[in-house]
Amino acid sequence: MKIGFYPGCSLESSSKEYSTSLFAVAEKCGVTLEEIKDWSCCGASAAHSLSHDLSIALPARTLALAENQGMTEIVIPCAACYGRLAASQQAIINDEKVHQRIEGYIDLKFAGSIKLLTIFEFLQKYIFPVADQYIVNKLNQKTACYYGCLLARPKDLTKLKHPESPMEMEVVMEKAGATPVDWAFKTECCGAGFSMSRTDIVAKLSGKILEDAADRGADSIIVACPMCHSNLDLRRPEIKKQIKRDIDIPVLFITQALGLSMGIPAKDLGLDKHFVPTGNTVSCIVKKEA
Amino acid sequence: MEEEIGVITSHCYQCGKCTAGCPLNEDMDIMPSQILRILQAELPGYEDKLLSSLSIWLCLACDTCYSRCPQEVKLSQVMDFLRQESLRQNKVNPKAKDILSFHKAFLETIEKNGKLNEVWLTLNYKLKSLNMLQDVQKAPSMFFKGKLNPFPNKVQNVEEIERIFKRVSENEGGNK
Amino acid sequence: MARIGVFICHCGENISATVDVEKVAREAEKLSGVGYAMDYKYMCSDPGQTKIIEAIKEHNLTGIVVGSCSPRMHEATFRKVAEKAGINPYLCEIANIREQVSWVHPKSDATTQKAIDIVRTLVQKVKRDSALFPIKVPVTKTALVVGGGIAGIQAALDIANAGHQVILVEKSPSIGGHMSQLSETFPTLDCSQCILTPRMVEVAQHPNITLHTYAEVESVSGFVGNFDVKVRLKARSVDLSKCTGCGTCWEKCPNKKIPDEFNAGLSFRTAIYTPFPQAVPNKPVIDREHCTWFLKGKCGLCAKNCPTGAINYDTQDEFIDLKVGAIVAATGFDIKHTDFFPEYGYGQFKDVIDGLQFERLASASGPTGGEIRRPSDGEIPEKIVFLACSGSRDKAKGIEYCSKICCMYTAKHAMLYKHKHHEGNAYIFYMDIRSAGKNYDEFVRRAVEEDDVHYIRGRVSRIYEKNGKLIVKGVDTLMNAEPIEIEADMVVLATAVVANQDAESVAQKMHISYDKHHFFAEAHPKLRPVETNTAGIMLAGACQTAKDIPDTVSQASAAASKVIGLFSADEMTREPVIAVVNRMMPPQFTTCTGCLLCMEVCPYHAIEREEIKDRRTGEILKVAAKVNAGLCQGCGTCVAFCRNKSIDLQGFSNQQMLSEVMALLNKPF
Repeated sequence: MKIGFYPGCSLESSSKEYSTSLFAVAEKCGVTLEEIKDWSCCGASAAHSLSHDLSIALPARTLALAENQGMTEIVIPCAACYGRLAASQQAIINDEKVHQRIEGYIDLKFAGSIKLLTIFEFLQKYIFPVADQYIVNKLNQKTACYYGCLLARPKDLTKLKHPESPMEMEVVMEKAGATPVDWAFKTECCGAGFSMSRTDIVAKLSGKILEDAADRGADSIIVACPMCHSNLDLRRPEIKKQIKRDIDIPVLFITQALGLSMGIPAKDLGLDKHFVPTGNTVSCIVKKEA
Repeated sequence: MEEEIGVITSHCYQCGKCTAGCPLNEDMDIMPSQILRILQAELPGYEDKLLSSLSIWLCLACDTCYSRCPQEVKLSQVMDFLRQESLRQNKVNPKAKDILSFHKAFLETIEKNGKLNEVWLTLNYKLKSLNMLQDVQKAPSMFFKGKLNPFPNKVQNVEEIERIFKRVSENEGGNK
Repeated sequence: MARIGVFICHCGENISATVDVEKVAREAEKLSGVGYAMDYKYMCSDPGQTKIIEAIKEHNLTGIVVGSCSPRMHEATFRKVAEKAGINPYLCEIANIREQVSWVHPKSDATTQKAIDIVRTLVQKVKRDSALFPIKVPVTKTALVVGGGIAGIQAALDIANAGHQVILVEKSPSIGGHMSQLSETFPTLDCSQCILTPRMVEVAQHPNITLHTYAEVESVSGFVGNFDVKVRLKARSVDLSKCTGCGTCWEKCPNKKIPDEFNAGLSFRTAIYTPFPQAVPNKPVIDREHCTWFLKGKCGLCAKNCPTGAINYDTQDEFIDLKVGAIVAATGFDIKHTDFFPEYGYGQFKDVIDGLQFERLASASGPTGGEIRRPSDGEIPEKIVFLACSGSRDKAKGIEYCSKICCMYTAKHAMLYKHKHHEGNAYIFYMDIRSAGKNYDEFVRRAVEEDDVHYIRGRVSRIYEKNGKLIVKGVDTLMNAEPIEIEADMVVLATAVVANQDAESVAQKMHISYDKHHFFAEAHPKLRPVETNTAGIMLAGACQTAKDIPDTVSQASAAASKVIGLFSADEMTREPVIAVVNRMMPPQFTTCTGCLLCMEVCPYHAIEREEIKDRRTGEILKVAAKVNAGLCQGCGTCVAFCRNKSIDLQGFSNQQMLSEVMALLNKPF
């Protein structure tokens, strides 16, 4: 099975482990991820904050490339990239004038017909049907599934069944043998792109998230967004200072958690690349009963 | 503004739910619902207050406001518009300097490379913001984890990217 | 030979300022068939009417056209004038040269020409008018009231007190409706059950009222004055004639875990039950969907212990056929119950409740005996946060309307809480205060000024639970949009008033219109608020739209008065502008082929299948369509659809319509 793949900038560098673990799981389940040739950055928050047309044009280039390369479906694991590409596609589909203007910018013709999959849709469609035979371990711990903003909103683009208290990640984690906890900060903002320019805000917002997860007894936090991961993982020292608490629970990507349950070694899932050590989670794995 | 982004300010009945749910409501100078009120009221002299506020730059575009608004007012799009307008009219709040520098540094990196180059971005940002020592301790560990590549892949047809930037800039009146 | 009289009104200056009325009259006189034409300042006035009568007599007019305001205004006036002058009132037509000419066009030759054209077409129509006579329809003087809440109770009592028979049908085991669930009512803080139960007993004991509880309307057919209604009497499993209401059965029932609808899900009831102690009738029913006997064939304790042997598991649903002359729909409302607001955790957190649940907590007959206690741990809350507008006025959630009663009952709830727990803190997050009734605003001010309820203007974005408390994140927009966070012990949502779940099917059974929210549609929002577009069916109460008790009772009495008016004569008179299927001598009988397409398209179900039989042998000679004169509203849909033009509209026949069109085109006909 082949499906198009848009990594986005973070999956190539600061959140490389998301990509590594995604590939590991996909390979195990017989799914080939075909990277869009010569893709470019989606523009993230900077583009839509400073220039409306640029924020549609940059993702549109990638959409056009994918379409012209014959792809019908692409999975976009990064929540922000998904949001930008989906918004761009919606804008050009809804308004023919915008469509033409954007085609003028990017010098490429395209219909905006390609189907964009979130990481959850990808897992549901391509991994779940075959996953059971590969799951050999149980994660055996309490996990707080953290969606952040862009996996939940805007509702019409993210297509979650219950945007205020989603369960898509919980379903995956239950399959992986973990016990998802019920907590209050599932879709609260982590501080997003302020990692460098307003680290204090990231520390405050991510701090609230970390505290609630820890207070509810979670042993780890599961994420599916590189920005959230970075804010909760890389920025942990700043958070600890802000909330004056030493909380050391690790943050895992959903594909890493799933990979662990499939018996893929921790190193192959990039679990050694985190700033907050993930050793505790790895050691909680037990063999699944037959 | 209404025409450009399709948001009709009269729809807002000032319930305040957006402000109540905004993660940054403790830090903003003008609250989201107040921003809409200023746009609704159209009183002279207030437009400048909006464009030079810190709030519009603090907004993280998390969309909590829009997702809960009972009248479906796209406040996040309003914020984008105000940011762009603020830049166009050169009224950016001085406290938002670092935030703006980051956005600009980000886009400059994309323009030159087509993709994010974190080393370039960081250096560029530090030059703009003069926060030289920030995150310096993190650099080595990031490098050894393979997360910081000073020579990452560029987009092959990077001139396409540059062309997009140029064309948009000409069309929008140049505000990079 | 036709001799038509044309009378052009100036309508003061309303018409004459824009239209050259003298010219219109002069041109009309030139038309063939017109025997007389005149213009006058106020045709509808007494002298104006007299002039018409004199002209009819003097010039032997056979029909008249009055060029004036809309027929909706004065058609009835001028038809009476024609009748007084001795010609059939349906030989009088109105040419609307005000609303359709002088009021919508500027003064010009073209405008006057339009008036002339319109008069000309009406003259052609009147030439082909036939004399019509009002239709008399017999009336059955029994009323059916559907719904036994305060609206239905009030309507039933009013109609019964006027001396007519009433049948009251209520789908739950007891009458009383939502009002019986309330603890106290605004603005007087009267105990709700205390003022309701006397009425309920009156209904049960009234000689003119037949009460059927645990019953539903199954089908309605027929027409005003002559409805055929089938009612399903659901199987109670209890023989009402033997049961004494002693209560042994529900004491013995082992199945005590069924969510109690009367207590809005806050407690449990048994499978054999009466909904509340003051139920009318105070005799139980068995809930067959949850009863162990009906589910598994075991138990039977109630029957074994019943001292009078009133319980019979074998009873089946019964059907009764009723003949009634009028129906009052008083089926009431519901409130949004489900997890409509995921951001408020409703349905997720036990201590987030809706308004009706709070009423049950406050009510002395409720699950906590009238003490306000948290559903989660039974503790008395120290801080309660009330959210107004939880679901109403919310375009994003699909309910744009205001539910009208919530501002008042939220104030009431806060006051009741403070009266019972003086040290407690009550906060109300509101958007506006809608307290427009008599003594209503004073009531709200009492909450603020005397009972120390804290009103915060703003909405709440989110509620989540932490360490047993509910964290409420709201805002105070009057304090410069200051975010407010309250750690509450209980949250009460004033959820939206909505139509009942089965409102759509009830409306369809009764053939009445309803809107997109499934509220029943009134005939005219301003001038006919208690009738529907279906003749003979009235509306009362919240089934029409969200309403408080005073308005409900007023509307119920109004609906009753309409019914009483309907019953005031033995026969009803109806306008003869109806469709008629042509009939002629045998052996043809009619050109109608009996395809019955008209029956399918008639929006009023006014067309029936008629079998034309040989008088001696009873053999069916022909099947044709027949119009029910009592139901037909003269819309003309059947005429448009009839394949061979066998059906025509009296007063607006095909010939007349065609002649008008040809007159407009200035072509001969």
